[in-house]
Amino acid sequence: MKLSDLKISRQLRSKLHNKWMYLCFAVILILAPALLFGLYIKSAPLFEQNGFSEVIFSNEWKPLSGKFGFLSFILSSLWVTILALILSVPVCILTSIYLIYYAKGFVLKIMHPIIDILAGIPSVIYGVWGILMIVPMVSKDIAPFFGYETTGFSILSGAIVLAVMIIPFMLNILIEILRTVPEGLIESSLSLGASKWQTIKFVVVKKALPGIVSSIGLGLSRAFGETIAVLMVVGNVVQNPTNVFDAGYPLPALIANNYGEMMSIPMYDSALMLAALILFVIVLIFNILSRILIRRYEIKVA
Amino acid sequence: MENPKIKVQNLNLFIGKQQILKNVNVEIPEKKITIIIGPSGCGKTTLLKSLNRLTDIYEDINVQGNIFINNEDILNTKTDITILRKKMGLLSQRPYPLPMNIYDNIAYGLRISGRKQKKYLDKRVEHYLKQANLWDEVKDRLKSPASALSIGQQQRLCLARGLAVDPEIILADEPTSALDPISSQYIEEKFVQLKEHYTIIMVTHILRQARRIADYVVFMYLGEIIEQGTAEEFFNNPQQEKTKAYLKGLFN
Repeated sequence: MKLSDLKISRQLRSKLHNKWMYLCFAVILILAPALLFGLYIKSAPLFEQNGFSEVIFSNEWKPLSGKFGFLSFILSSLWVTILALILSVPVCILTSIYLIYYAKGFVLKIMHPIIDILAGIPSVIYGVWGILMIVPMVSKDIAPFFGYETTGFSILSGAIVLAVMIIPFMLNILIEILRTVPEGLIESSLSLGASKWQTIKFVVVKKALPGIVSSIGLGLSRAFGETIAVLMVVGNVVQNPTNVFDAGYPLPALIANNYGEMMSIPMYDSALMLAALILFVIVLIFNILSRILIRRYEIKVA
Repeated sequence: MENPKIKVQNLNLFIGKQQILKNVNVEIPEKKITIIIGPSGCGKTTLLKSLNRLTDIYEDINVQGNIFINNEDILNTKTDITILRKKMGLLSQRPYPLPMNIYDNIAYGLRISGRKQKKYLDKRVEHYLKQANLWDEVKDRLKSPASALSIGQQQRLCLARGLAVDPEIILADEPTSALDPISSQYIEEKFVQLKEHYTIIMVTHILRQARRIADYVVFMYLGEIIEQGTAEEFFNNPQQEKTKAYLKGLFN
């Protein structure tokens, strides 16, 4: 017997549907705060024992003697992520502009599945590709060119692999965003005597800027949390990186490498939870910042 | 017609495989209001956009024929397209203010053609905002975003912006269709004033509007020109059966 066979009044059924949709919504709403809270509970012992500033701003990492300083990990994460964005954002913006405004229609049609395939490749494959291609290239070609010596397992390798991984992701969003710029607006600018490039530079990019910022924000969150591919090429040495050819040890790599392994050391599980919490909070901060930027811009311009 | 400002000869336009304009021949007189009228989807807007070659930006559009502006064939000679477009101000169905403040919207056309002195721009902006009867409403908030204006104000802003590049021709594509009656009336009155200096071509499907301001009327149906002539002849003594039917409201 199906639900619709029951002689339930339409109002009642409507109410029922309302309820379960509301329930789904509530689950999603609760998820993020619950995660945050759980991580906080688990990592609180370390805070209480070592103190907040000691944990965040010290780079002394000696778990055996109870010293957990996260600065090197935070800095490594920031280096890798920001460098990955520097490498990928210009490529994404220019590619999306090219695809929408310059390329023939069929090019975009071909590109769409290619982008989807790139986005769907498991990250471990990017990691292997990084070890086979990028790491040797960095150690043999790029670093010597700038006069540095490195094994190739470095911030730069991590950033390059990461950049390649987030490009399809950001590109997809940017293409959709540029598509929403109304044709009438472009026609207006052109009929005022602007060239195509002027129109793109002064009108299209300006109109799409909030979307561009939020796509960068999303790419950043993804890059910041990416684990496997990065840990395979980044070197995993606990140190404050001084240049891009140094090895680093980002937060996600720390968690993935050690969870379940080092649990006999006191406070270690608390420390890993704290690493997760820091990751969470930094992504949150970036998200909020990009929202604020977008809001400000919208009030000023659009 | 002697010395038409624009002469369209044997214009055929295809979007993909579909023919939108069929062998169009039109002459448009200088410093008059020409109204292109006809039911929705008959190719009025497409004809208007082919005049300043906005059709170029869509790759599936294919245009054949000749369009002469000031006796210069704009389709087949190597015309500088930005100079061509600057000769024509475009007013679209919905106003599209540029994503910048009110002042910059007017100054945009001047800036991109290299006029950057602030004093000059200030003067021009004020002049054209006054021309479009918008100055008194916005003079205290020139730096606020254009999108904050009402839709009627935005359309006047677009008019001012179009006039600021000093065109010879104004192309208007149902410019009053999104506006309230007062703003619409204002645009109509403005056009009547402006025809002293500009050649105005306006697309509309509102017969009463055409009767009010047209000097010359072009009637289109399904991509073809059915009839064209002075407003007096067109409304009082139409030649074609289709025109008579349309004027009586027997269409659609």
